[in-house]
Formats: sequence, structure tokens, C-alpha cells
Amino acid sequence: MISDITLGQYFPGNSPVHRLDPRFKIILTILFMVALFSARNIFVYAAMTLFTVLLILASRISLRVVLRGIRPLLFILLFTVILHVLMSTRTDGRLLIEWKWLTVYDMDFYRAGVMVLRIVLLVLGTSVLLSYTTTPISLTDAIEALLKPLSAIRVPVHEFAMMMTIALRFIPTMLEETEKIMNAQKARGADLSSGNPFKRIRAMIPVLIPLIVSAFQRALDLATAMECRCYRGSKGRTKLVKLTARPADAAALFLFAAVLAGVYLGNYYIPIGIRIG
Amino acid sequence: MSHFIETRNLTFEYGGENGERPIRALSDVSLTIDEGEYIAILGHNGSGKSTLAKLLNLILIPTAGEIEIDGKTVTPEGLSDDEVFDVRRKIGMVFQNPDNQLVATVVEEDVAFGPENLGVPREEIRERIDAALATVGMTEYARHAPHKLSGGQKQRVAIAGIIAMMPKCIVFDESTAMLDPRGRREVTDTMEKLNRENGMTILHITHYMEEAARADRVIVISDGRILMDGTPREVFSRVEPLLACGLEAPQGTELLYELSLCGLPLPTGRITVEECADALEKLLSGKQGKTRDV
Repeated sequence: MISDITLGQYFPGNSPVHRLDPRFKIILTILFMVALFSARNIFVYAAMTLFTVLLILASRISLRVVLRGIRPLLFILLFTVILHVLMSTRTDGRLLIEWKWLTVYDMDFYRAGVMVLRIVLLVLGTSVLLSYTTTPISLTDAIEALLKPLSAIRVPVHEFAMMMTIALRFIPTMLEETEKIMNAQKARGADLSSGNPFKRIRAMIPVLIPLIVSAFQRALDLATAMECRCYRGSKGRTKLVKLTARPADAAALFLFAAVLAGVYLGNYYIPIGIRIG
Repeated sequence: MSHFIETRNLTFEYGGENGERPIRALSDVSLTIDEGEYIAILGHNGSGKSTLAKLLNLILIPTAGEIEIDGKTVTPEGLSDDEVFDVRRKIGMVFQNPDNQLVATVVEEDVAFGPENLGVPREEIRERIDAALATVGMTEYARHAPHKLSGGQKQRVAIAGIIAMMPKCIVFDESTAMLDPRGRREVTDTMEKLNRENGMTILHITHYMEEAARADRVIVISDGRILMDGTPREVFSRVEPLLACGLEAPQGTELLYELSLCGLPLPTGRITVEECADALEKLLSGKQGKTRDV
């Protein structure tokens, strides 16, 4: 099935989130990000966390699977915490450690925590809204539709979308090819998996060169095949897929706009709690 | 009477830049193809058979001579973009590597690619996809990702993509070369079906004799010239010239040929496995009969 396309791992389903129009989903994602980064106090953050959890529940993707998506970020999160705690120049709160130029205040921990929460919510929210619940192909269609106005100022929107589609189409093919070449090189005694990282990167060169050469050959073949199928850009072209918005999409848009408004009101009217940033 | 495709002294050379001597891929090829024919074009590597295919679809423009395709004459001056577009919608082409001709990430969207380019209205695209996928027997895979399919299945999707454009003729440029025996059979069966049931003109460029034997007419190209042109029976009966230009006859035919060289009274013009087996059986039983007589 379409879900087999490996990029950004799509989880097939028929939840309310899955059924949203991809164009709306992109807009919703932007609203979500703005709301998240506009939040200025702890209660608003708590509300955003709750909202994200509700979003995950609405997508009917298991919480465990979604949380697994954070694992690759652990290093970045750790790094964020260290930077915020050690390198902060702010001097508020209680002084915990003072050693030469190094000062650590309790507020530094607080700010680091908020930063981590922000990143985690960002990743969870966007992946549930987009990559987990939207097929790459409908995402491409949506981007093409949303950028359409730009074609008035000669931005090659259709060509851009076509390139994305082709890239998506060839990812699995190229992965397969990489594996084949790696096996071929291993069969000739190439050592691809030992030694220090530099050595390993060097060992990849005999894999990458044939891969790139074959990619060019494929590109040439594909271009010929496309021409033979009468492709000439967006000129006179019709489309099979038509994106249609439903009332649910408008409702979702309204909900997200309300959340964004709520964040601003919260920032303004809840003076208690500690302000961040 | 005018033919569907007619080439007159068609010549194509490539290279020749920077003062190099150009290499002649096709020289003085004159042939006619009528609508509804099922033709196999045979030739060893570098014989010019793929060049001929590319000229038919205007990927290449003749160096000299001309081709007339459905009333439109292509000369070395080439055609305007709109005229090229018109020719290409009449002659579809299926290539060798099934991976490198599929554009979309979903089978039915790939089949839609051609009709979309032609500007076919949405509802009609839908109908064309369904009909095309049914013709190649891939209906149940409409929502699958192409990379998950077998080689033969991918090639059938590619064929569906061409059928959906409703061309008069499909050129198969070694479309079976990269497939396993099963995939090859799937694809040749599809070709035959398109020709017999839909009346489509089929040009099958190949170097598999058994596949060529299924066509109504076989054209052998060697060194850029037409060496033989006739029914499979006529062409494959002439084993010597076939061997001389680096091709072979179907295995059975070649066996009969070798045996007849040894002095056994065997007929020529037997091309299918059954026919060859019958001929051998006849010979053997005849012999047995004779020995019993003696």
C-alpha cells in the first residue's frame, strides 16, 4: 500500500486527523507552531501540552509510537539543557553554584525545562498533524495547491511539486540500489562497518559514486519516458486528484485559531507564573 | 494507399561533434507499417533497432531521409513542439527499465500521468485508468506503491500508463530485457492482447527469438540496415543469415538446421517448439518404419 513509502513514516488510519484536507493540515501546523512559540507562561504551556495530547488521541495513533519519535532528539534535548543551565547569562532566581565564570541559577533549570517541553511538543504536534497522518503524495498535492498563487509571479510551483513527487517515488528505489551496491562492494572485500567514523565515511565513497552515477542514468531515462508521455510542464495539464475541503476542515481551522487566540489571551491575562523569554 | 508509418531512406548518425567522424546508427531504412500490425524488430546490440524506435517517437530527429507518421512528415528539420506533442500522443513507448519510467508513488496516479499531460478531463481520466489497469490485469494493485511490485507487474503498470493515453501504436523498446521469464511472458501476453483485441499497432523490439516468433511480421536489422522483413516463418527459416548477424534462430529451428546440415532430411520453416518436435518425431518414426521394413 501507499503507506509503505518509508519517508516520514505514515501510519494508515481513518481518524479525524487523517481525514483532514492536507492543505488545511499544513495551515493548522503553522498555527500550532506559532501558538507554541508564542506561549509565555507556565499555565499556557500546560494548556498547550494538554492540547497536543488531545491531538494525539484524536489521531488514534498509539501514544507509545508517537513518543518513540522523540528518541532521536534526546541528544539535542540534552544539549539544550546543558547550554541553558551553564551558558545562560541571566541572573535571576537563587544562585546555586558559582565557580569562576560559571554561575548556575535555579531559574536556568526552569528555562531549560520549558525549552525542552517546547521542542518535544513541536515534534509531537507536527508529526501527528503531518507526517504520521498524511501520505507524502497528498502532502505534495497540498503544497502545490497552497503555493499556486506564486505561479503568477513565475515561480515554477508545478515543477517544484513534480520534483518532490519524483524524489518521493525514487527514495525506495535508491535505498534498494544502495543496499545492492553495498553488498557488491562487500563481496569485493570492502569493509564498510569497522574502524573510526572517518574511516567509515571514507569507506562509503565506493558506494556513493556508483549510486550517483546510476541516479543520473535514472534521471535521464525518466526524463525521456516523461517526454514520451507528453509531459511538458503544467501547460494544458489536468489533475486526477482534486482536494476538497469539508466542514470538518473549517471546524479544525476555527479550533486552531481559537487555541492561538487563547495563547495570546493567556499570556496577557494570567500574570501569575513565571514569564519565559 | 497511405501507410500508418512510412520511413523513406531514413538515416541517423550520432556523434560527429568536435571533428570526430559521426557514427551511423541507421542508414537508408525504408519500410512501411500499417495500422493494426504486430511487428517484432530483431537485431543484436548496436544494430540500430533502438535508434529506430527513438526516431518513431521523435526523441531523435533523422539526420537524413524522412518518416511519415499518420500523415505527418518528420524531416531532419524537426517539428514544432505542438506537432511533436501530437505525434507522441499517437505513438506510446515502453522502455527497458521498469523502474525508470514510473513517475508517481501510487500505481493509479502513475497511470494518470499521461492523460493528465494530455489535458483529459478528470472524470474521463478516472475511466481511462480503470480500463487501462483492467486491460493489463492490474486492477487490484491500483492503490499500491510501484516499488513493491515485481518487474513484470511494474512493466504492466508502465504499459497501462501508455494505454490510458489511447495511442494508435505502442513501441516496446526491449521492454522484456530486464525481466525474468515469468515477467516476460506477462508482458508479451499483454502485447498480444492489445494487438488482437484492441487492434493496436505493436512494435516489439527484442532480442528474444521466442518472443519475436509471436508477432505477425519480423524485421531484422543489422548494422543499421534492414536485413530481413517477413513473417516469422520466412525469417526464421533462413538460419544462416540470422547466425551471420549475431542473432540466433529459435532453439528448435536451429536444432533442425544443424541436423539437416548433417544430412538428415528435415524440413525448414518450423518455428514453434511443437512444430519442431513433430518434425523430429516424423523423422524418427519414419526411420524406425524403414528399419522394420528392412
